[in-house]
Amino acid sequence: MTFEVPDEFRYTESHEWVAETDDGYRVGITDFAQDELGDIVFVELPDEGEELAAGDEFGVVESIKAVSDIYAPVSGTVAAVNEALFDAPELVNDDPYGEGWMLELTDVDADELDGLLDADAYEAQTE
Amino acid sequence: MSDERADESAPAPYEQARWHDDGTYEPLLSEKDDTTVAVSSSLPDDLTRDELELPALPEPEVARHYTRLSQMNYGIESGPFPLGSCTMKYNPKFTEDVAAHPGAQIHPLRADADQQGVLELLSELQDALASIGGMDAVTLQPPAGAAGEFTGILVARAYHEANDDDRSEVIVPDTAHGTNFASAAMAGYDVVELPSDDDGRVELEALEAAVSDETALLMLTNPNTLGLFERDITDIADVVHDAGGLLYYDGANLNSLLGKARPGDMGFDIMHFNLHKTFATPHGGGGPGQGPIGVVSELAEFLPNPQIRERADGTYERYAPDRNIGRVHEFLGNWLVLVKAYAYILRHGDEGLENVSEMAVLNANYVASQIEYEVPYGPFHHEFVASADADAADVAKRMLDYGVHPPTTKWPEIVDEALMTEPTETETKSRLDDLAAAFNAVASEDEDALASAPNRTTARRIDQVTAARNPRLSWHALDD
Repeated sequence: MTFEVPDEFRYTESHEWVAETDDGYRVGITDFAQDELGDIVFVELPDEGEELAAGDEFGVVESIKAVSDIYAPVSGTVAAVNEALFDAPELVNDDPYGEGWMLELTDVDADELDGLLDADAYEAQTE
Repeated sequence: MSDERADESAPAPYEQARWHDDGTYEPLLSEKDDTTVAVSSSLPDDLTRDELELPALPEPEVARHYTRLSQMNYGIESGPFPLGSCTMKYNPKFTEDVAAHPGAQIHPLRADADQQGVLELLSELQDALASIGGMDAVTLQPPAGAAGEFTGILVARAYHEANDDDRSEVIVPDTAHGTNFASAAMAGYDVVELPSDDDGRVELEALEAAVSDETALLMLTNPNTLGLFERDITDIADVVHDAGGLLYYDGANLNSLLGKARPGDMGFDIMHFNLHKTFATPHGGGGPGQGPIGVVSELAEFLPNPQIRERADGTYERYAPDRNIGRVHEFLGNWLVLVKAYAYILRHGDEGLENVSEMAVLNANYVASQIEYEVPYGPFHHEFVASADADAADVAKRMLDYGVHPPTTKWPEIVDEALMTEPTETETKSRLDDLAAAFNAVASEDEDALASAPNRTTARRIDQVTAARNPRLSWHALDD
């Protein structure tokens, strides 16, 4: 089974992704992660304005199989959370890199992204 | 009897009661009749209603309603219930009779002098459990196994604090019950997870690397959740004690050790007893539970208040241990549950309890030897863990179709698609054969048969995803 791993995103070993947008950086979990978890039934996200350091737990994803912590790939301030997930957690399964995004971060040091995995390295990790 | 089937290895035919074919179940009493009755009350109008919906049904209709519900259910009185780690043994009915005895119905606020019989019984139960576990003192207060864990950890913390010894970590092996991690975290400790070795046991070198002067406690289940006895237990105890830590015994699997081995003799300092598992009191859900803990003499002064003891003149009293951690339950705990455990222990006696464990171990090993699924570890104590070659949850649902309760699934995680099976001592050989036949029938079926199961039960496959995403937590939701 192959999983989608967009080239322009950066990844963590704990299966989060981060991508630059016009306003900041979006964060979510990968296609591989959502497939491993199975049907996601609940997502807990931080409050807007919260400051995260890279590696901080910022929320929880609950599926019918497991409950998993999710970690900030880079440091930053939470500018927005995807409130659609509170009513429709299945968006993470259906569209992990799009409608299933979780956080929008600002105040991100772009250099921190260099320390993350690129698409090839992440793909190799999931094989 | 009905066991004379042509082919003994074929599972028994099974079909659970089902009263409607359209997916609906037995209607609620309020759906069968909607009689409204007027009510009058002397209470203020804004606190009362003028009428109430009270179903008016003839007694036989009500009796049939509850009989139907019971027929749509599955319990230990329906057939084998080998839910691993839960010890779903049959609880003998005489313990209910004893608990229902008029002499046992006593108000908890009576003075000690007025309830000497109660205190005597509890004192003797403390002594019996201490003797079974090899402990010096027992408190009966904690209301369940996990509450016992929490109490035990608080006792350990009080002990370390009394020694001005500030420790921050509790070590828990990866095969441990989830409650161990949770109890340690709730008591404010950092949890250090210890990986098992290839054998499924604690590896001494890994333990030596994990202990430090931060180690408050090692929590261990022995035999562990794979049903394996920790052979190096005395060395494990030495490693922890040499580092200044204490050893906690999770009594979940005590059903395999009665009269054979005692946690106290292995070096454990604290243990809990799951009375609902080993000593045949009600299981959770219907509870209430009771999870006494035992400790070695050095820890006795930290046990919760009150404790019970015999005075020099042969009477009994409650007292507060010198440095007690406070109360963990009101009054004397769930007293009637304790009466049942006491009755169970007395009826069995030393020899009977030893026989319980012998049969529990024999039954687990017999079923393990009869099934076609791979069983990666062993030999076992009271339970074994098989590895399904399919989704263990689907296997479990298909086993329902063969008239047995499935084992615990997907845990412990160190076995792939785990089927954790604990037949207990209360099954006969022919029932164990039924269980093995159900395992083997499912093992021979393809994925489609498993994925569509169950097909012969009252409730068919439950939509867990929708249930979790759109929970309806009130009966009012049924109206929607």
